[in-house]
Amino acid sequence: MTLSAFLIQLLNGLAGASSLFLVSAGLSLIFGVTRIVNFAHGSLMMLGAYLAYSLIARLGGGAAGYWTAIVIAALIVGGVGVAVERLLLRRLYVAPELLQLTATFGVVLIVKDVVLATWGPEDLLGRRAPGLGGAVSVLGRAIPQYDLLLIVLSPLILLLLTWMLKRTRWGVLVRAASEDREMTALLGVNQALLFSGVFFLGATLAGLAGALQLPREPANLNMDLSVIAEVFVVTVVGGLGSIPGAFIAALIIGVAKALCVAAGAVSVFGVVVSFPKLTLVAEFIVMAIVLAIRPWGLFGRPLALQSSVGRDRLQPPGRRFAIAVAASFVVLAALPLFSDEYTVVLMTDVAIFALFAASLHFMMGPGGMASFGHAAYFGLAAYAAALLAKGVPMELALLAAPLAAGVAALLYGWFCVRLSGVYLAMLTLAFAQITWSIVFEWDAVTGGSNGLTGVWPAQWLSSRRAYYWLTLSVSAMAIIALWRMIFSPFGYALRASRDSLLRASAIGIDPRTVQWAGFSVAGLFAGLGGALYAFSKGSISPETLAIPRSIDVLVMVLLGGLQSLVGPVVGAATLTALQDSIIRHTEYWRAVIGITVIALVLLFPNGLAGVLKRVALTRNAT
Amino acid sequence: MKAPVLVVERLSKSYGGVHALRELSFSVLAGEKIAVIGPNGAGKTTLFNVLNGQLSPDAGSVVFDAVAISGLATHLIARSGVGRTFQVPATFASMTVQENLKVALLARERLLGSPFTDVGSLDDQESLAVLERVGISALANRTCATLAYGDLKRVELAIALACRPRLLLMDEPTAGLAPTERARLMALVVDLVASSGVALLFTEHDMDVVFAHADRVLVLNRGRLISVGPPAAVRTDPHVRRVYLGPPTQPGDFHGA
Repeated sequence: MTLSAFLIQLLNGLAGASSLFLVSAGLSLIFGVTRIVNFAHGSLMMLGAYLAYSLIARLGGGAAGYWTAIVIAALIVGGVGVAVERLLLRRLYVAPELLQLTATFGVVLIVKDVVLATWGPEDLLGRRAPGLGGAVSVLGRAIPQYDLLLIVLSPLILLLLTWMLKRTRWGVLVRAASEDREMTALLGVNQALLFSGVFFLGATLAGLAGALQLPREPANLNMDLSVIAEVFVVTVVGGLGSIPGAFIAALIIGVAKALCVAAGAVSVFGVVVSFPKLTLVAEFIVMAIVLAIRPWGLFGRPLALQSSVGRDRLQPPGRRFAIAVAASFVVLAALPLFSDEYTVVLMTDVAIFALFAASLHFMMGPGGMASFGHAAYFGLAAYAAALLAKGVPMELALLAAPLAAGVAALLYGWFCVRLSGVYLAMLTLAFAQITWSIVFEWDAVTGGSNGLTGVWPAQWLSSRRAYYWLTLSVSAMAIIALWRMIFSPFGYALRASRDSLLRASAIGIDPRTVQWAGFSVAGLFAGLGGALYAFSKGSISPETLAIPRSIDVLVMVLLGGLQSLVGPVVGAATLTALQDSIIRHTEYWRAVIGITVIALVLLFPNGLAGVLKRVALTRNAT
Repeated sequence: MKAPVLVVERLSKSYGGVHALRELSFSVLAGEKIAVIGPNGAGKTTLFNVLNGQLSPDAGSVVFDAVAISGLATHLIARSGVGRTFQVPATFASMTVQENLKVALLARERLLGSPFTDVGSLDDQESLAVLERVGISALANRTCATLAYGDLKRVELAIALACRPRLLLMDEPTAGLAPTERARLMALVVDLVASSGVALLFTEHDMDVVFAHADRVLVLNRGRLISVGPPAAVRTDPHVRRVYLGPPTQPGDFHGA
C-alpha cells in the first residue's frame, strides 16, 4: 500500500462518511427528543436519493437546477417525515418503545414498495453535479471534485446544527426536551410542534444525505436497510443523541473502511485475506473497541431508558394450559392426514418460525433484551447444517449446527449485554449485518450470493410429511423446554435482572452473566430453528440471515405479544400465513404487510395473544 | 469486646471536583446498630454505594469479616454477606411478593443457575416464614408492581433478610412513610436485627428514630466524618448542631425532616 493509494482511499472514505453523518445526526436528533429509534430513517435516505434522481432529470442541466433539485428532494423527505410523525407515531408516544419500532418497520416496508412501484427495480445512477464532474490531482492521483465538496460539507452542516441547537430558541427547546421531556411539557412547551419540527429536520437531513450520495452510489432498493445498519453502528459508537458524536464516529468508521480498502488483498501465512471485502468487519472492530472502553459511545451518556418490556406478571402455566398444548399438538400432528402437500409445507414453516420466534421471545420477554438481528443465529446454524451435511449424517448435522449459532451468540452477546434497551437492540442489528456480510462475501465456503444447494434430509425424512412430523416434534419439544426454562430458577434470575439490576445484584445475582447466558440460549434455540429450516428448503442463501428476516421474527413476537407464552407461536402462525397468502396475490406484498403491521400495532398494542386473553376473560366474566 | 464486622479506613470518593467522601474511617461491631446522619449531599448514599460495590472508591479500604471488599462487584459483596435496601425500594416488579422471596432464597443458596427445576414446585415454607416475620403474609400473592410504597419497603426488607446478611445497609428505611408507619417499621427492623444478630448501618433524617434506636451515630458533612459516638454525645456536639441539628429549642424537639 503506497501513501498515495491510502490517501485516495482516505478521502473516499471521508466523502462516504459525510452522508453517513447526515443520516446518523437526523436519527440522533429524533431519538433525543422523542425517544423513538426511527428504523425508517434509512428508507427516508433512499427516498431522498430517488426523488433527487427524478427532480434532477426534470430541473437539471445547470448548476442552479441541480442544487435546487437536491434541496427540494430533501425538503420533500422532511415533509414525509412529518407525515409519518403526525399520522402514525403521534398515536404511539405513550406506547412501549418496541411498539413504536414495530410501527417504523411497517413504514420501511411501505416506503420500499412505494419506491419499487414508482421507480422500478433497476439501480439508478445520478448525473454528476454540474461543474464538479472533474477531478483534482493530489499526489499524482485523481480525486473527484465532488468528493472534496462532500468532505467540506459535513463539518459545515455540523457547525450549522450546533449553532441551531446552542443559539436559537428552538434549539434550546430541543435540548431541554432531550434532557427531560416531561419537564419541558410542564413548562408549557408545545410538544406536538416540537416533535414535528424535530422529525422534519431529522428527515430532511436523511433526504439530503440520499440526494447528495446519488452521484457516488446509484439509488437502489437495498439502501434502506444497509444504511440503517451502518447508521446504528455510527450512533452506537458516537453515542446515541450526540451530534458531534455522530460526526466523529462517521469519520472514524470512514477512515477504518478506507484503511481496509487500501490494504487490498494481503497474504497472511499463505492465506489470502481480502481486506476490501472486510470493511464491515473493520466497523465491527472499531465498535468492539469503543464499547469495551465506553459502553455508551464516545460522546454518549448512560440513558435512563424506560424498559421496553411490560411489567405484567407472566403467569406460570397450569394444568389447563398443558392440556391445551397437548391437544393442539395432536391436532397439528394429525393435520397431514387430511391436507394437501402445500399445506404441509406451509405448516412446516410455521413450526420452524414458531420455534424461532419463541427463542426471540425468551430473550425479549423474560430477558428484557430486544434483538433486531436474531436471524444471524438462525442463518448461521442453517449454513452450519448445510456445510456439516456434506461430511456427516444429516441427523448429526441437525444436532450439531445449532452449536454454531450458540457460539456466535456467546461472542456477540458478550458485547451486547454490556448495554441495555435500544442500545443493545441496535448493536444486535449491527452484529447481524456483519454476519450477513461475511456470509455474503465468503464465496469459497458459503457460496456467496448463490448460497448452498442440495441440502436434503436423510432418506427416512425425505417425504414432506415425515419432515413435517420431525419439525413439529423438535420445535414443540424445544418450545416447551424454553417455556420450562422461563419458570426455572434460571428464568427467574433472568426476569429478576430485567426487573431490577439494583435489587438483583444486591442479593448476589450477577445480572450481566445471567443475561449473557439468556442471550446465548436464545441464539442456540434460534439455531435449532435455522438447522430445521435448511433441510426443509433444500438450499439456503444469505437471505436466511438478512435483516428482513430479523424483522420478520421481531414482528412475529410483537404481534403475538410479549406478555404471554403462546404469543410468539400465534404471531409466527399469523405472519407466515399472511405472507404466504399475500405473496401469491400481489407483487407489493411488503406494503400490504407493512400496512397490516401498522394497523395491528395501532389496534392491538398488547399483541394478538393479549386480545385472545382479554376475549377469554370477558367470556369467563359473563 | 466484640470484633468489628466492618472496618472502613480512609475511604475517599469524588465526582469530578466534588469530594463526596473524604478520608472516612470507622468500624461497625457485630450486631451493632449505627445511624449515619448529615445534611443532604453529606455523602451518606455515596458511602452506601461504595460499601456495596455500586461505586468503587478512589482511595481507602473496606474490610468486611477480615476480607477486603472495596472495589469488588456488587453481587460479590452481596454474596459475602452485605445486604442492602434502597431509598426508593427496589423489588422485582413483575413477580409476586412470594416469588421475590423465592428468588432471594435461591440466590442465597446459589441455585439460580439451574435451567430445569420448576420454581413453582419448590418448598414455600421458608419464604412464607420470612414474610410472616416482616408482617406481610397477606401480600404473598400480590404482584410487586401493584403494591403501595410502604408495603414495598417491607418486601425489600424481607428480601434483604432472607439472604441472611451479617451487615445490612438501609438507606432511609422510613423515608416517605406516615409517622405511625415509620415508628412501626423501625421497631420491626430493630427487632429483626436484634434477633438475627446482624449489624445495621442506616441513614435517617428522622432524629426521633435515630436517637431511639441507634447504638452509635456517625455524622457526615461534605464527605467528612465530623462526629461519632453514642446518640447522647452526638446530640450535644456543638459542631453537629451547627451543621445539621440546629440550635436546641425544647428538649427532645428534633422533628426536623
